[in-house]
Amino acid sequence: MSAPGGARGAWAAWRTLTRAQLREQPLRVLATVFAIALGVALGTSVYLVNGAALSEFDLAARRLVGDSDIIVRGSADGFDETLFPALARLAGVSAASPMLELEVALPARHASLKVVGLDPFRAAALQPALMAQIGNDARALFAHDAIILSRTAAEQLQLRRGDLLPIVVGGDLATLRVIDTLSGDAYPEALGLMDIAAAQWTLGRLGRLNRIDLRLRPGTDAQALRTELARSLPAGVVALTPAMERGRAANATRAYRVNINMLALVALLTGAFLVFSTQSLSVLRRRTALGLLRSLGVTRRELRHALLGEGLAMGAAGSMLGVLLGALSASLVLHYLGTDLGNRQLAGMGAALVLRPGPIIVSLLLGTGIAALGAWLPALEAARRAPALALKSADAEPVMSQLPAGRPALALLATAAMLAWLPPLGGVPLAGYLAIAALLAGSILLVPALLRSVIGALPRTGSVELDTAVAQLQGGTGVATVGLASIIVSFSLMVAMAIMVHSFRQSFDRWLIRLLPADIELRISTGSDTGAFTADQQRRLAALPGVARADFRRVTQLRLRPDRPPVALIARDVANAGAADTLPLVSDARASVPSGAQPAFVSEALQDLYGYRSGATLVIPLGGALRPFYVAGVWRDYVHPGGAVVIARSAYVAATGDRSASEASFWRRPQAGLGALESAIRASLGLGDSLDIIASPQLRERSLMLFDRAFALTYALEAIAVVIGLVGVAVAASSTALARRAQFGMLRHLGMLRRQVLAMLAGEGVIMSALAVVYGLLLGAVVSLILVYVINRQSFGWSIDLAVPWRRLGALSAVLIAASAFTALWSGRAAMSQEAIRAVREDW
Amino acid sequence: MRTSPPPAARLALALCTLCPALGGFAAQEQRAGDSALPAVVPGYTLQFPRDFGSHPQFGIEWWYLTGWLTTARQQQLGFQVTFFRIRSRLDASNPSAFAPHQLLIAHCAISDPQRGRLWQDQRIRRAGFGLAEAQSTDTKVWIDDWRLERSDDAYSAQVTAADFALSLSLASTQPPMLNGQAGYSRKGPDTASASYYYSQPQLRVSGSIVRAGRSDTVSGVAWLDHEWSSEYLDRNAAGWDWVGLNLDDGSALMAFRIRGRQGQSLWAGGTLRGALGDVQTFGPAQVLFTPGRRWRSPRTAVSYPVTWSLRLGEREFELSPLLDDQENDARQSSGAIYWEGAVRVQERARGVGRGYLELTGYDHPLSLR
Repeated sequence: MSAPGGARGAWAAWRTLTRAQLREQPLRVLATVFAIALGVALGTSVYLVNGAALSEFDLAARRLVGDSDIIVRGSADGFDETLFPALARLAGVSAASPMLELEVALPARHASLKVVGLDPFRAAALQPALMAQIGNDARALFAHDAIILSRTAAEQLQLRRGDLLPIVVGGDLATLRVIDTLSGDAYPEALGLMDIAAAQWTLGRLGRLNRIDLRLRPGTDAQALRTELARSLPAGVVALTPAMERGRAANATRAYRVNINMLALVALLTGAFLVFSTQSLSVLRRRTALGLLRSLGVTRRELRHALLGEGLAMGAAGSMLGVLLGALSASLVLHYLGTDLGNRQLAGMGAALVLRPGPIIVSLLLGTGIAALGAWLPALEAARRAPALALKSADAEPVMSQLPAGRPALALLATAAMLAWLPPLGGVPLAGYLAIAALLAGSILLVPALLRSVIGALPRTGSVELDTAVAQLQGGTGVATVGLASIIVSFSLMVAMAIMVHSFRQSFDRWLIRLLPADIELRISTGSDTGAFTADQQRRLAALPGVARADFRRVTQLRLRPDRPPVALIARDVANAGAADTLPLVSDARASVPSGAQPAFVSEALQDLYGYRSGATLVIPLGGALRPFYVAGVWRDYVHPGGAVVIARSAYVAATGDRSASEASFWRRPQAGLGALESAIRASLGLGDSLDIIASPQLRERSLMLFDRAFALTYALEAIAVVIGLVGVAVAASSTALARRAQFGMLRHLGMLRRQVLAMLAGEGVIMSALAVVYGLLLGAVVSLILVYVINRQSFGWSIDLAVPWRRLGALSAVLIAASAFTALWSGRAAMSQEAIRAVREDW
Repeated sequence: MRTSPPPAARLALALCTLCPALGGFAAQEQRAGDSALPAVVPGYTLQFPRDFGSHPQFGIEWWYLTGWLTTARQQQLGFQVTFFRIRSRLDASNPSAFAPHQLLIAHCAISDPQRGRLWQDQRIRRAGFGLAEAQSTDTKVWIDDWRLERSDDAYSAQVTAADFALSLSLASTQPPMLNGQAGYSRKGPDTASASYYYSQPQLRVSGSIVRAGRSDTVSGVAWLDHEWSSEYLDRNAAGWDWVGLNLDDGSALMAFRIRGRQGQSLWAGGTLRGALGDVQTFGPAQVLFTPGRRWRSPRTAVSYPVTWSLRLGEREFELSPLLDDQENDARQSSGAIYWEGAVRVQERARGVGRGYLELTGYDHPLSLR
């Protein structure tokens, strides 16, 4: 709009068109606006929740990192405390803060609390923001049972100053005393603070630390010191930069978050297709009016701008509505699900929704821009048409048929095929997502040509209604294509998601059955560092009369590389002989382990992230020394995205001297009842209700429930995609019906009954949607392959077996076909009813 | 100044900051027997160098170094370097090497008339790992790179703070001066309130200081107090006034009084040792502190008498500060606000020496709770 006159003309045309559109078709405009709003709302909401979570993560990590220049970390078991004075005396170090960071088992809550034991005097220099509130009371922390809770922890545990907090240390119960709570500013997540001496004593870690934060003297080269430390630190102890330490927390869930963001983008793209189809159909329908405008002197350029403006206006309105809805739903999600979007067991409640202008503007621009993009081709097409032709000609090929097909489409498909083989970028399967986008785009471009050939090849049935329907479709594939595109996109994504989630769930279920062969599973609390059964307790448990066999496991964390998340080390009683039976191996176990070598079984993630394969040597820092293991097999693990390694417990005990066990499995004797065995176990340990004893079937049920909860959001996204798809069907059907009023009249004139015309319309709807369903199923299946084998594998590092949810896909297909037949029928009735026409004019 | 705890007057810190550790919890958790605090009793003969060192069984102990410095440019400065040792009996049976059985606190300040207020910094640590320790055999106490150490009749003090530093050698010119009854110093009407207490006056100082990156060679005269106790202050005491003065003729004067809640003197004492070693000890009736001009802190609105008349037996001294603002504000940590600074001494309107004055309990009464 360079010339002012042009701008004025476009403005006038836009006003005329928009007014007419709003007056005559309020419902349709509303539907389109709402579709865009849905996409934007989804994206905004996911972004806001993610943003809140990430800023919470980051603030928490920053509070604990404080002003440190280097963070020295070991596994949870840690290292000897004499490393502290050694590091504190290094020439470049001006301050050192010894810490013990542990997940402390909470009885009867099946959860753990992150507790940091520190020296408040030394931490004051390194973690000032965290320690600011302790200040005066530093000495109150000295009591062996004193703990200060962050506000989030206090809220989650429903504890106040003076309350007691029972914990499990080793195989025994202990009690901490809450002496104070921190404000939300000091630390946003759940955390307990103890004095380092109290933590060492009370949490059973005398002589051990697992973290030392260092601040360097001005002018000291942190990188050089880290390199030096990497050489001199004990095995398994790493020196991290603050950025690495801060990235750690966010990294753990990044893949999951990126995936959800991508889903939101997909929803928005579906919205764009909807705008596209709405606009091209409305252009088609209003071509007489547009031709009139042109003949009245509105220039081509002005008309183009006016139509584009229409799309922009709908996009802007939809985006604004979407941002509002998104913010609202984000606050609901944060309130009810927590920042983890249902992905964690103990929900976080600390995160607050922060509405920053940046992301909101991005959402608005994205929504509006995508709507404009959808309106661009139709506007171009309408403006190109000669006014006289537009006024006269009653039928014209709509936009879709003008899209290039053939070569570009094949090129896109080929690109998709290549992208699918690329490795992840920074842990995120970007190429995989691009592959899906290219696949979708290429497939949509192929729709007109495919549709023409398929419909052209449809046989005659002898039924007047059906044959007429086919004939109608053959005459106007262009119109049909427009409606189909948006349905195909949303349906195929729906299909892909359904297949992916179903495959995952099936694999997960089979994996659970494989991993839980025993009758009873026993543990103190998942993921805790403090709860463990002593050797004596293990002997007593194994000797219980109802127990046929007992397996004990020690689960700890290792650090193989400083820039990677910790790896789970699982020391099991059975590791080599019979490993294939007790571990879900993805390849055959190496039959022969070299003599003298200790076997280890690595998870797929460990294989993917570190490159360990069967037959390789894996060096594990254990008991302060590096110990070689022979990789005897690769197993599938759905629990530790950072990787896990299984070794023989005898090897673990030999290396560490640690005979405790954190988990146990029991097989009962035939005559022993489950309930009796459970009571016997409880009585034997004397830990009362704090034990997590569960029969394997229930554990499996509970795990699947957690799985479903984690995918609740995915299901919600699917539902939204279905809604958007159905709106697309309705809009396309009504537009088509209205555009074809004259044609209906002609058919009636030729002797077709009203019922027959309606049947013809329903037939058209069924044929079109059946084609969309078939195409969508095929496309969705291919997309699901990328989801399962590329995106899932690269995001989480575990494989899943493809499984197709036939019944669900069948139901979805039937609903879609029925819905489109119904809308075709309904809009046909509306179009043929004179009264209705008068009443609603050209709306629907 | 960093976020770490208290800049503290010698007793203010001991009594206010450490009460929770000493009194509150210790009372609950204390086990009878081995962890009981030894009492300070008359008749003990101080033995050097053993008693230069730390006495970890006692509840509280400090080495308090104060003095005057002259730079090469003839600028007059005051300084103090203080190490406190506190025994905490909370969870005395915790076997952890980090267990805070002994706490060490250090405070350092430079009184600088050009700056108009103090340079100051402090540290607090639990003893252990050789990073913060107080040795029992002779004076050797340190927190990381802050240290005070005695060898060959000379002390060495090293402090590196955020914006200033101090590296001093302090040579003894006289034997230790035993205060009270041969080192048994009563602090109140109740005989239980007492400490073992000796002073090292007339230390000859040489070394260097750094202020805001600028280094100066300095010389001067200093005073070291070493005092240990398990029960220091009378329950009715509100605060105290203390001076340690190096007189130009080589004699040394220490005087203190404990004030009650109405500002009256509860107890007082003093020692005056002549240049030839003749010692006079003064009891409550012979020591009279009379406040003069008051200075009101613009930061805390607390008003301190910064000039004093001090009567010790027959002699009368006038004290005037190097600068008015030598206030330590430790409300953020110990809750104590006090005045501790360099003073000039006059006798009959003639300058006779230099020393340090400490005034505590002027904001509100210190209490043992």
